[in-house]
Amino acid sequence: MRCSESVGCPWSDVACCYWIYCSGGLELLCDSVKMHNVNVDLENGLEQLTMKDLLAWARTNLIKERPEMFMKGDTVRPGVLVLVNDCDWELSGQLDTTLQEKDVVVFISTLHGG
Amino acid sequence: MEEGNKIPKSASSRLCCRCNERKPALKRPKTLEQICRKCFYEVFEEEIHQVIVGNQLFKAGERVAIGASGGKDSTVLAYVMSELNRRHNYGLDLFLLSVDEGITGYRDDSLETVKRNEVQYGLPLKIVSYKELYGWTMDEIVKVIGLKNNCTFCGVFRRQALDRGAAYLKVDKLVTGHNADDIAETVLLNILRGDVARLSRCTSITTGEDGPIPRCKPFKYTYEKEIVIYPCSYCKNLNQNHTYAYFKKLDYFSTECIYSPNAYRGFAREFIKDLERIRPRAIVDIIKSGENFRISTSTKMPEQGTCERCGYISSQKWCKACVLLEGLNRGLPKLGIGRSRGLENGNGNRKDMEQNGDVRSIESKQCGSLDF
Repeated sequence: MRCSESVGCPWSDVACCYWIYCSGGLELLCDSVKMHNVNVDLENGLEQLTMKDLLAWARTNLIKERPEMFMKGDTVRPGVLVLVNDCDWELSGQLDTTLQEKDVVVFISTLHGG
Repeated sequence: MEEGNKIPKSASSRLCCRCNERKPALKRPKTLEQICRKCFYEVFEEEIHQVIVGNQLFKAGERVAIGASGGKDSTVLAYVMSELNRRHNYGLDLFLLSVDEGITGYRDDSLETVKRNEVQYGLPLKIVSYKELYGWTMDEIVKVIGLKNNCTFCGVFRRQALDRGAAYLKVDKLVTGHNADDIAETVLLNILRGDVARLSRCTSITTGEDGPIPRCKPFKYTYEKEIVIYPCSYCKNLNQNHTYAYFKKLDYFSTECIYSPNAYRGFAREFIKDLERIRPRAIVDIIKSGENFRISTSTKMPEQGTCERCGYISSQKWCKACVLLEGLNRGLPKLGIGRSRGLENGNGNRKDMEQNGDVRSIESKQCGSLDF
């Protein structure tokens, strides 16, 4: 799986590119960058990317430190909210949510002071 | 679009359960309902209004200070309070009250957010600082005491700081942004520590009525998840630049306090979050259980008096803040830290701080030191 963090998608005819937005303190795990435009290749045989795949990809390619603050096992750490195109991923099947090109995925950590 | 007004509510329902018109944006943890954004805003605001009215939190004409840290809870609180005050004519005079503990790289940034809130909501802001109240910033304190028991000092000082700020503003009440998750954590914490006195008080929506300034928590039944989602809207602009991502109305500051990683509360929080994942209603259920505890009359409870040195409310001769300050000023940083069975600071909520820590660290093996 490759990654591109430039705006604009030179690989858009081959792979699917997505927007990932990290907030609530999670951006600190990604070198304090909130907005990421990423490219994720699909594995052979897969037609669509699921959130499960995206998470695994993010853990390897996006999160630069303390991955345990972002994920626990296969899924996000409890206390991290996930929105796909502004909608709670609990509505779309959580890890089984399928992603379309240019989808916007938002991770918000709630685990900080208020 | 379906004809007819009633769509059977099933797990695979595709429309908002309230309006049956729009696509759902959120699954509410409290009710497991699937609800669209517009309905969510309405329900969120209406429920808080009902909590305020149902618990008679305010009277018309009162001056009310909102404890504002710049974080998510207090920012949403400030917004919702001013909105409901206007919409339902509570007749309140609202203020923002912030505490500057003097933590570089954390508090100085979040205070910038509160200053923006002052402008955005038109609420006058008062900042009280540890430096001006006690002569010490948290950074200076940590240099002296090390990285243990930080939250003990900070929590105790903050409680007084808020009261002093509230007195300065001549307000009748203080509101804080403690949410359902916080209160459930506090219930668990008090059970884990066997702190019966606090357990009996920590679920009250209003506390400190016998003290200097009563405090209330309008978000007592509001889930943290909903507070976080409420202000957010990430909208994609379908133009060439692909620019997007703006917060709908509210911006807030979000980092962990740099001194917090060892706070005991963290364990309770992890547990609550894990529970929420399995059964979201657990949070309000824990609060309900906490409300239903009855303390046996044979249990000895601390009596509330006043501090001999500063007059603040205290169940000991000196209030905890004075004890800690004395220790700092005399170069005895462990004074006030360590095993003492006396319960200090009679009024109940151990949590007047932002989810970070504990007023008493003695039972906590993580951040407390058990030596003298």
